[in-house]
Amino acid sequence: MISIRDLHKYFGALHVLKGIDLDVQKGEVLSVIGASGSGKSTLLYCINGLEAIQDGTVTVDGTDVHAKGTDINTLRQKLGMVFQQWNSFPHLTALENVALAPRIVKGKPKAEARDIAAKQLQHVGLGEKLDVYPSALSGGQQQRLAIARALAMEPEYMLFDEATSALDPELVGEVLDTMRLLADEGMTMICVTHEMGFARDVSDRVAFFHQGVMEEIGPPAQIFGDARSEHTRKFLANVR
Amino acid sequence: MEPTLKFFSGFAPNDLWYMGEAALRTLWISVLSISLGTVLGTLFGWMLYEGRRAAALTLAPVLDVFRSVPLIIQLVLFYNFAPIVGLNLDPFASGTVILTVYTAALVANVARGGIEAVGAPMRRAGRSLGLSYWQDLRHVVLPIGGRAVFPSWVGVALGVMKDSALVSVLGYVELLKASQILITRTQEPFLILALAGAFYFALSYPVSRYATYLENRWAQ
Repeated sequence: MISIRDLHKYFGALHVLKGIDLDVQKGEVLSVIGASGSGKSTLLYCINGLEAIQDGTVTVDGTDVHAKGTDINTLRQKLGMVFQQWNSFPHLTALENVALAPRIVKGKPKAEARDIAAKQLQHVGLGEKLDVYPSALSGGQQQRLAIARALAMEPEYMLFDEATSALDPELVGEVLDTMRLLADEGMTMICVTHEMGFARDVSDRVAFFHQGVMEEIGPPAQIFGDARSEHTRKFLANVR
Repeated sequence: MEPTLKFFSGFAPNDLWYMGEAALRTLWISVLSISLGTVLGTLFGWMLYEGRRAAALTLAPVLDVFRSVPLIIQLVLFYNFAPIVGLNLDPFASGTVILTVYTAALVANVARGGIEAVGAPMRRAGRSLGLSYWQDLRHVVLPIGGRAVFPSWVGVALGVMKDSALVSVLGYVELLKASQILITRTQEPFLILALAGAFYFALSYPVSRYATYLENRWAQ
């Protein structure tokens, strides 16, 4: 379980997250929606410790992410992350991209790491592209490569930071399909997204962020059909 | 008839061997200085990147001095003043030390540029996979940043190899010094300087070609 208590995050004087309380259960798919700058992406960075926090706690399966003694590199193996920009390693083939972390971080023998990589690339539909360099892949394929790369560490949670925002419209579908596949397989997921269809159809709960505050959280039917917050209704009216 | 005393004698095939040996000395001092200087310069570049303010105030001005003062002045000063502090170095060692530091000063900025070229998002992607800071540096930053600044580094390396000619002022018989000796004896400066140029070209050109080959391969 991911447990967030009274989380505050500042960038200089800018108060980006203002006291977030949130629990995400194993197996749950949570979509986080809201306008740009509402703190959604920062929340993900605070969960896997890529950003320091100023107050509050974030715990993953009982481990305090931001505690001094925490081995953050080990903890991150549980938390796969996919970014808006896919950030494929350009000097490595698709297979090597995915095999890198199992080999380096987990110390798997080369052959085993490559087997894991091939399996995960198959999983996201890139089984034909094992020896291709990222520059020869489309944006959608590179994003699926990034998903496979994260999955190769056998994470228990997946964090998606606007995984489809940088893609051409015709490539969004293949990435969303892959995310749906993971949700169907029971992966615990936190998806910061602008894809309202995905949020409505796939998530167990939807959280709406507004200016660093989690205004509202609930089942998709409630958020999309009967939002309590004025801000939520306004936001949804604008994005539809 | 009285034998004439000959001060000068023409260029002989043997002299080519002499120049070849000198060219190897140029190669040796260059390879040594460029290798050591690259390692040291990469370390400095990393310090400039990570140390930010502290490095900008301390390390950067020192490197600026080595980059700005003409190499020949650095060589002469170091060679003549090192004995005062108890360092009795021969011309080769003195030349190597100064060429190394000079290379490091040039490579430092190249290396910092390489780290910057990788960018925060790529490094976050690496770290999010569980790579430690050093693993990220070794397996993500070094190969990606290294390729980005490889052409600049090749430029520095070829420059230093040519600049190694200045070590001749300390008396180290590398290619240029050997040429000067031969010119004095043969009085054929045009031929010998042209040959020396050809030797420098023969040393540089393969490096330059190989670098282009690597760049093309990486670009695919």
